[in-house]
Amino acid sequence: MSLAKRIIPCLDVKDGQTVKGTNFVNLRQAGDPVELGKKYSEENADELVFLDITASFEGRKTFTDVVRRVAAEVSIPFTVGGGLNELNDVERMLHAGADKVSINSAAIRRPELIDEIAQNFGSQVCIVAIDAKQEENGEWFCYLNGGRLRTEYKLLDWAKEAESRGAGEILFTSMNHDGVKKGFANKQLSELSSSLSIPIIASGGAGCMQDFCDTFKKGKSDAALAASVFHYGEISIPDLKKYLKEQGISVRI
Amino acid sequence: MNVAVIKYNAGNIYSVVHALGRLGIQPVVTDNADIIRAADYVIFPGQGEASKTMEYLHLHALDKLICSLTQPVLGICIGMQLLCAHSEEGDTDCLGIFDVPVKKFHAPAHEFKIPHMGWDTLTKLKGGLFQDVKEAAFVYFIHSYYVAQCANTVAENDYILPFSAAIQKDNFYATQFHPEKSGSVGEKILRNFLQLST
Repeated sequence: MSLAKRIIPCLDVKDGQTVKGTNFVNLRQAGDPVELGKKYSEENADELVFLDITASFEGRKTFTDVVRRVAAEVSIPFTVGGGLNELNDVERMLHAGADKVSINSAAIRRPELIDEIAQNFGSQVCIVAIDAKQEENGEWFCYLNGGRLRTEYKLLDWAKEAESRGAGEILFTSMNHDGVKKGFANKQLSELSSSLSIPIIASGGAGCMQDFCDTFKKGKSDAALAASVFHYGEISIPDLKKYLKEQGISVRI
Repeated sequence: MNVAVIKYNAGNIYSVVHALGRLGIQPVVTDNADIIRAADYVIFPGQGEASKTMEYLHLHALDKLICSLTQPVLGICIGMQLLCAHSEEGDTDCLGIFDVPVKKFHAPAHEFKIPHMGWDTLTKLKGGLFQDVKEAAFVYFIHSYYVAQCANTVAENDYILPFSAAIQKDNFYATQFHPEKSGSVGEKILRNFLQLST
């Protein structure tokens, strides 16, 4: 099987500018998400995720303009997320040219949103992002509002419900692993991947190139998402793909 | 160069408009029969469901129009499937340019996820559409239905089973993958299409 494992840089965008640091110092506008997206695309990133972390209404409009420019200038698929609460929000992003949308808290608050997106635009556009945390008894619970509010949803139950409602992919972020840079939550990713028939995107924990290899082999992930290791130049995507290929993993080079 | 993109009830039509824009070409997005007939090249793109899109084409008389076109036509994804004889999706009779059926993938093992989604390779490349495209080049796929290998196959991919990544008959070209989302390889394929002559 030659289907490539995907490497996905995630860009946080606030008021139309990327917020995290970047290694691309030679860019005229390092903070411009479109320039950064193009750069990652040229480095053979497989997809891009743009997360709107703006709070204000004006900022939201700016983000829509960013999405329009990305659609015009970047030739690989991209996902947008952040602040998408209703079908109208999703429609606005897709009309601006996004290939997929990622929904998180809004889907837990009102799971029918997944059905609505799938029925109106197809499952392929609907990524359900799940933030979950493992508690001391070993159980994983889903969280809302960027990890601030615990719910009674167990990870596997919610992931299965999302799939049955028409999610096209699951983007799972382990709150235990996120930011620690010691690898992805491979045990749980593997369980998700074996229990569901839709692709699983691993998120949270990337620290070195071996972490990516492990999540594809041990975690059975279909794709891996990371932010800071790419933005701060700790890992370059061409180096990462070369390494993964040497480890026997199918990647697009 | 006049390029017409057929406007109908499928999603993702504007991705191909953007991709052409990056090649310096501004296509017309239209369902107007005269404009489509007069175009040098016609692109029939999109993502969607077979029965609903066929119904729309029939209602707007686009089905007969597409079949009568004589300039190079490029069907993409659902556009390719609609050019075939029949689709298992919604048990739908399609346009019949290619006398082959469109079938649904069935996963024999759990490692195969459906839809077939992401970057996968092109092999056994034939013809002008793939001029200077390397064997095993990666392009972006997203589909749950496929066309088997057939006499019209000009590129293959193997996912669960070998299937047609692209087909061609006379002036009709079609790709299961999305050249408009396939980076520089996709741009090359679109450029090649726009240099074809009938």
